Amino acid sequence: MKKPILELKNVTSGYNEIQVLKNISIKAFEGEIVAVIGGNGAGKTTMLMTISNIVPVTSGEILYYGEPIHKKPADVLPGIGLCQAPEGRRIFPRLSVEDNLEMGAFLRRDNKKISEDIEYIYQLFPILKDRKKQHGGSLSGGEQQMLAIGRAMMSRPKLLLLDEPSLGLAPLIVLKIFEIIKEINKKGTTVLLVEQNANLSLKIAQRGYVMETGKIIAQDDANALLNNEEIKKAYLGVSD
Amino acid sequence: MIQEFKSKGKKYLIGLVWLFLLLWPLLGINADGTLTFVKAFSVWLYIVCASMIVVTIYIIHKKGLTLKLTKPLSSARNKIYAYTASMPKPLLFSIIGIIAFLFPFFTERYAQDVAINVLIYICLGLGLNIVVGMAGLLDLGYIAFYGVGAYTYALLNTFYGISFWLSLPIAAGFSGIAGCIVGYPTLRMRGDYLAIVTLGFGEIIRIVFNNWMQLTNGPNGILGIKPPSVIIPNFTNGFSLEYLYLKKLHYLYYVALILAIFTIIVVARLSASRIGRAWEAIREDETAAEMMGVNTFSLKLLAYAAGAVLGGIAGSFFAARMRFVSPESFTFIESAMVLSMVVLGGMGSIPGIILGVIALIALPEVFREFELYRMLAFGASMTLMMLFRPKGIIPSKRMGVRSEEKEE
Repeated sequence: MKKPILELKNVTSGYNEIQVLKNISIKAFEGEIVAVIGGNGAGKTTMLMTISNIVPVTSGEILYYGEPIHKKPADVLPGIGLCQAPEGRRIFPRLSVEDNLEMGAFLRRDNKKISEDIEYIYQLFPILKDRKKQHGGSLSGGEQQMLAIGRAMMSRPKLLLLDEPSLGLAPLIVLKIFEIIKEINKKGTTVLLVEQNANLSLKIAQRGYVMETGKIIAQDDANALLNNEEIKKAYLGVSD
Repeated sequence: MIQEFKSKGKKYLIGLVWLFLLLWPLLGINADGTLTFVKAFSVWLYIVCASMIVVTIYIIHKKGLTLKLTKPLSSARNKIYAYTASMPKPLLFSIIGIIAFLFPFFTERYAQDVAINVLIYICLGLGLNIVVGMAGLLDLGYIAFYGVGAYTYALLNTFYGISFWLSLPIAAGFSGIAGCIVGYPTLRMRGDYLAIVTLGFGEIIRIVFNNWMQLTNGPNGILGIKPPSVIIPNFTNGFSLEYLYLKKLHYLYYVALILAIFTIIVVARLSASRIGRAWEAIREDETAAEMMGVNTFSLKLLAYAAGAVLGGIAGSFFAARMRFVSPESFTFIESAMVLSMVVLGGMGSIPGIILGVIALIALPEVFREFELYRMLAFGASMTLMMLFRPKGIIPSKRMGVRSEEKEE
């Protein structure tokens, strides 16, 4: 039995009086891709924001390698190997692609390895290399998503949090990005993937959680979820 | 050509009517409160004539009739651009430096006075650029730190007789501390709220200067501040060291030049550093910067303090040059002026801000001949500059098009 890299134990959080997450418990084991699927307003983004401690936890705890991290400020998390590519990309629009990537390695001091890693990101996303002097904001949506993933990878995360990488992208580009997520995972990065595109994300994931109105309503192996009749009806758009 | 006039004509007429409605209350109100028509109308007629000529030239230009005239001009301009770009940077800098160094030898008192003003505002503009241009924090109370620097030197000098050079770091430190004190509560806010709160704190500092009679002598100000001095060897009676007070304007010019060059180097180094990039990331997206490991609060505080330190240095030079400080020099309008220099010149770009400062200090001097209409002409030229170069005279290289702006 592998040990969990990330564990949420009965986490409750939200914005002021509005409680969004209600007793969420999930686990991510080393080396796997975990997908959390759910519709609009299910609380998926809030969950990632809570893990990154942008939204504070009201009760429960978040363990990373067995250590509680929910009291740690957001800006130390990339230093211990936990980095997020947030929803809607949120790249730095008026910094160049290269500067964006270097910002991802902000907490690292090993300049030589940073430039090696930038080369690795360019290998993953060759289009970024062609655009490296261009401003982040001048990229297309897909390129921006690649940049956001690349930027998060620059901190050499052990656990990568991805928030809706398919948001607003053409189907072909989504496929490409999911291919790369798989590749990143193969190199040893654990991925927690939050998605509305249930079909694709369950296909690349090993395990999956289904979220609805701030609660986890189902959890299983990704394949089992893909074949689950109710999930099919609700999230996969298959009806018979 | 007539069709061109027709298509543009309606907009042009509406513009002229609007301009008259604007000018009438501006120029038509007499000292006794009566509203006249003639004065505004005559000025308006001048503008109508001038704009007619401009519009005609514009339309002829659009038709391509002036191509013969403008082509050699624009190719010459491009050649100059290419030449300055190909010139090695040290050469360019040294040419500018030599020009700046030789400036007092060829100019009168008046020009030197304006030049010193320009240099002070370069320090201020570049200091504010750290806060507004790099970290993206709109600060409307920046001039308060200029005031803290000025008062620190004034008080240290008049009470304890501490020299300019010694009190310069002390004044810088005090301004930095003031920046931290003001920044600590305010930097929790973002955007518009931050602007309002900094405006308030700026005024608070000025009002403290104005009312703390025992210390600052209130609105009467502090008199008798010594100018900067240098120690020079004197060989007349053997060997002795002597203080020389730099009272003459061209000596002060060199002191200001040294401070401005120091500021330029500091800001250039900062913007190329890791900290500079983190500031820019905060400006672009604070939450995303935090997720990348930027300690946003302390870096914002650092930006605020760094800006305040540069403002404080400029302030103590201001006190030493005027040999008098009073709270009137640190009103909101000064903050607004410095901010417009930064915006006009191009946020984040050092040569841009220097040009912006020169434009905003020099233009009012040029417009002195317009006498009464000086400020009107000044305002009009500022409006035109923003219309034609919305990103500033020389936009910063790092700051390009925002994704939402591009779609237009």
